[in-house]
Amino acid sequence: MYKEAAILVDTTQCIGCYACEDACAERWGFPITEIHELSSIKNTVVQNWDGIYVPRLCMHCENPTCSSVCPVGAFQKTPEGPVVYDPNKCIGCRYCMQACPFLVPKYQWNTANPKVTKCDMCYDRITAGKQPACVEACPAQARIFGTRKDLLDEAHKRINQNPTQYYPHVFGEEEAGGTSVIYLSSREFSEIGFHSNLPKHALPQYTWNIMSKIPGYVFWGSTLMTGFWWLTNRKREVARFKNNGKSADEQSKKNK
Amino acid sequence: MIKKAIRWFKGMTFWKAFFLITIVLGVYSTIVRFMYGLGAATHLSDSFPWGLWIGFDVLCGVGLAAGGFVTAATVHIFHLDDYKSLLRPSILTAFLGYLLVILALVYDLGRPWNIWHPLIMWNPHSVMFEVGWCVMLYTTVLALEFSPVVFERFKLTRAQRIIQTVTVPLVILGVMLSSLHQSSLGSLYLIVPEKMYPLWYSSNLPYLFFLSAVAVGPAMVTIESYFSSRAFNREIELPILTKLGKVTVVALSVYMVIKIEDIISYNLFKYLITFNLEGILFWAEILIGVLIPIILLSNPVIRMNKTWLFYTSMMVVTGFVLNRMNVSITSLEKFYHASYFPKWTEISITLMIVALGFGAFRLIAEHFPVFPEHEKFSASAAHQFEVILTGDGEYTEEQNRRIPLRN
Repeated sequence: MYKEAAILVDTTQCIGCYACEDACAERWGFPITEIHELSSIKNTVVQNWDGIYVPRLCMHCENPTCSSVCPVGAFQKTPEGPVVYDPNKCIGCRYCMQACPFLVPKYQWNTANPKVTKCDMCYDRITAGKQPACVEACPAQARIFGTRKDLLDEAHKRINQNPTQYYPHVFGEEEAGGTSVIYLSSREFSEIGFHSNLPKHALPQYTWNIMSKIPGYVFWGSTLMTGFWWLTNRKREVARFKNNGKSADEQSKKNK
Repeated sequence: MIKKAIRWFKGMTFWKAFFLITIVLGVYSTIVRFMYGLGAATHLSDSFPWGLWIGFDVLCGVGLAAGGFVTAATVHIFHLDDYKSLLRPSILTAFLGYLLVILALVYDLGRPWNIWHPLIMWNPHSVMFEVGWCVMLYTTVLALEFSPVVFERFKLTRAQRIIQTVTVPLVILGVMLSSLHQSSLGSLYLIVPEKMYPLWYSSNLPYLFFLSAVAVGPAMVTIESYFSSRAFNREIELPILTKLGKVTVVALSVYMVIKIEDIISYNLFKYLITFNLEGILFWAEILIGVLIPIILLSNPVIRMNKTWLFYTSMMVVTGFVLNRMNVSITSLEKFYHASYFPKWTEISITLMIVALGFGAFRLIAEHFPVFPEHEKFSASAAHQFEVILTGDGEYTEEQNRRIPLRN
């Protein structure tokens, strides 16, 4: 059993054999296709960026945007590391797809009972003490499995030992608050299909800034509203009683 | 019933035919949507997950229902009795608007049978969770706010008295919920700063959404009054609408100030003078929906002219719709390298939902005391006059005066 499990993807090692794609398809029961784009039948792919093979899969963020935006909590970051999805909770709003900074969640568009699909880091396998199917299938050790801390150390060790071979950055160490799938590359990450404009902190912070203001807003807002109501109501009462030629207080005493 | 239907068909007009075709196409699209899924009925895809139904039906639908909370607050909280005659029609519009938003969500959600899940599965970090709760609670509040009309129609005086005692807390709750809801639709986009075109992303999005809703609320009430005054042969409440125009000017001006602040703090000048699709649509939205209406409505002559007021309100609404579509569709297309344009089935469902809204409004306005001097205008009852009891069970002066005239 692993805690805070992670995958280190070393793109310099990937030979583009697509064994990971096939192992993944087998594990999910998906057909094997030659289209190397994430889709509802493809939870991991290997993409070719000018001769560099780049395996892609869910990044399993430390503070996942998908689990923050999901109205029913269908996405959960597990203590074991993977971000898992529960289709029984899902209402199908697709906010996860809209919000994911890595464009990972995909949708079953052509069914009347659709689910979101994405990699779950073989949650069932790793809780049973096994490795994810793609890691196990990789003949080139381009994907290695371990705890996030160990793999970050390993990544930095590789960069330090081979500064000419590696671009000096571990993608996923800080991007969007850190991810459990981390990358090494020989080139700048924007050249191999990663978005370079991601903030260093976790994205859910943007919404929490405003969501956390709601209780205060409701309290002060309704107090203010009640105040306005009382003021204008009183003003009207006073005006009415003035017309009757009696003081307002006198009249309201009488009413009691 | 059958006779009525036959008469309806005999008196076929252009709009009736349009209504009928819209419904028929909409029903076909509905079958496609629920038999074969979203992929068959829409042009949505993995690279463009939210389209027309979220951009127009939900974002605009909720926004255009803003007249409800603006007038409710004006009448019940600020005690500005002049506006009373606008209260019921705008509450009805808001109520129908929210019901239609829910209907649109049933189409848009992949698993609509789970729509109730946010009730028991909580995630207070999610803006969508807040949106869901606001829709549910505010629709309930609007139903209660509209209920006196139903009680009045069926002379349920006791129920009416009960609902009257809770009116003020209900209205306060309604204002809270709808202001939260309007702004939270903007908050939905706070989490995608790296995906949106810079002209539209701002940490002020919730405030901008709220302010534009406050501005568009009175504009919608004005348009509605204009149309209903023609459809139901009533006098238009011009002096009140003139004052409402001022509310729009103030809200739009504050909106513009925040917009300018955004342009400065996000340094957007270079995008403002880039006339690509985004740039042009941004200018269209600002000119049509904000700047020109501010200039026009600041002029008392225009504010006091029925036709001008109507056209300016139409501009505010058009600008508002443009803004919501820009935020939800235009601003994201470049990032996704997607060129989304709704499929005809998507459009036909939207049209059907809008048509159902118009139909329901007309039907309810004909059969319930929605307008202050409720006049029956259905063909069968056009020449009859019905006595309507007010809440106290007495004739109003107005009606007393009119009964002999009518007979």
